[in-house]
Amino acid sequence: MQQRSNLQRRQIRKGILLLVPAMALISIFYLSPAIVSVFYSLTNISQVGRKAVHWSFVGAANYAMMLRDGRFWVSLGNTAIFLLFSAIIGQNGLGFLIAYLMQRKSLWFRRLVGMAVLLGLVTPEVVVSIIFFAFFGVEGSLNQGLALFGISPKTWLFSCSMLSIILANIWRGTAFSMLMFQSALDSVPSELLESAHLDGAGPLRTLVGVTLPVIQGTILTNTVLITISTIGVFGMIFALTGGGPGLSSTTVPIYMYQKAFASYQIGYGSAIAIVLLCFGIALSLFYTKAFRSQA
Amino acid sequence: MKRKPARLRACLSYLVLIAIFVNFVWPLLWLVLASISTKPAWKLVMPNPATMENFRSIVGTPLNLRSFANSFLMAFGEAAVALVIGLLAAYPLSRYRLRGKSKLLFSLLFLSGLPITTVMVPLYMIFFQLRIIDNLAATTLFMAAASLPNAIWMLKSFVDDVPPSLEEAAAIDGASVLQILRRVVAPLMLPGMFVVFIFNFSGTWSNFFVPFILINSLEKMPASVTIFQFFNSYGRVAYGQLAAYSILYTLPVVALYLASQKYMSQGFTFGGAIK
Repeated sequence: MQQRSNLQRRQIRKGILLLVPAMALISIFYLSPAIVSVFYSLTNISQVGRKAVHWSFVGAANYAMMLRDGRFWVSLGNTAIFLLFSAIIGQNGLGFLIAYLMQRKSLWFRRLVGMAVLLGLVTPEVVVSIIFFAFFGVEGSLNQGLALFGISPKTWLFSCSMLSIILANIWRGTAFSMLMFQSALDSVPSELLESAHLDGAGPLRTLVGVTLPVIQGTILTNTVLITISTIGVFGMIFALTGGGPGLSSTTVPIYMYQKAFASYQIGYGSAIAIVLLCFGIALSLFYTKAFRSQA
Repeated sequence: MKRKPARLRACLSYLVLIAIFVNFVWPLLWLVLASISTKPAWKLVMPNPATMENFRSIVGTPLNLRSFANSFLMAFGEAAVALVIGLLAAYPLSRYRLRGKSKLLFSLLFLSGLPITTVMVPLYMIFFQLRIIDNLAATTLFMAAASLPNAIWMLKSFVDDVPPSLEEAAAIDGASVLQILRRVVAPLMLPGMFVVFIFNFSGTWSNFFVPFILINSLEKMPASVTIFQFFNSYGRVAYGQLAAYSILYTLPVVALYLASQKYMSQGFTFGGAIK
């Protein structure tokens, strides 16, 4: 008994020592900025000019300004549209469709399609922007392709900027959902599918009655994960449309950047970051909970 | 009677998948064609004749090579720090009975789910006030810190898979924890460490937002930022070079992905691709 508690005490001491570097790095570089941003969001600090030095506490003024700031609300609405169509419907739906249809296909065909979809996930953000800048251009390959069907060219990035960034983000992110659903579909017990078949259920009935209920945990986890990765998307939108024209494709991260780094209003930018962080915290708590209930 | 709709369905699913395949490859065509064209444009034109001139001019510019070197330094440094420090933390979290361990693990999982975008504004100010803006090492350390929660989770599950009996024998022989980690545990989980390293390396190599905010002198910028600047300044004229630069920058991560693919399925069950 005595020996065991000695062992345990030694383990605790060693364990703490081994954990120190990781915890220090995370606290210094990751937790402290998050805490400091609460502090900044309560000040009128600026990046340049007089208020860079002579700043003062303004209480909740930045948050009050946000409530009245029509441009902020537009960016919030754009973020909701972006999340709903590019992640929750687009990546989820297309990723599932690909994984579902690829079942029982020949290996080389699965590899071919899978590789094409995965290129979107592997390609760096900036390159995705460049590719889609060319793709959506007036002379671009999208219009060239549509011309084959007799559809006249469009200035996609100007007249449909939101649709453009949604399509680009679907291209970029679908592979992740595809991989998640592939492994989930592989884990559906084949006896369940066989017995549904013997009961005379068609593929649609089997899908709705057997497959989807079995993989609902994955659907939930995947939805939360892709929402988390989509809510923070900055570089792709910034390089592709810059949030424009006007505010038409300005999401919250883009607006935060404009306020903090283009208008130098660090205080206000931090307040926007806090709001974004709150959404992130809510989503991440949801994810942690979903993970816990599955484990 | 029953066969016909089944065959029709199979045909239909092939057609849909082929359509999806075409739509995923189509945007990429321009990149490939423009990079080897003598007269590239925003539209798709068959290169006639094909040329390597665009690639040659990108590789021939010292500043571009410098940007690749910077990307490599940051990506390699970040991945190495995350791997070593992550492994040190993952070991006690896997093996020891610590109080509050599960709370700590779930806090880490929670942190791994926070979008990095949310800390960029205060991070800039902290870096600015500590005068470490434009510092490659500090930027690399930040990226390692941000990816540590995820790296620790992945590494912990790989340590879990290593049978503890060998370590007990080594401990009786008087080996220290660090020796056990290096000589017994690490060699048995090399594939897992490889996955974590590649995952982090690719993430940092591809990252744009962090160096875009924290690095501002031209000779320290990684390729992600220099390509963006090239795109904004000359890129709308020199399409061919822009495409060639993009391909040279993308190829390493595609190659790494292919190299790690056989181990990747393990890594992906943790939903690691956030950020």
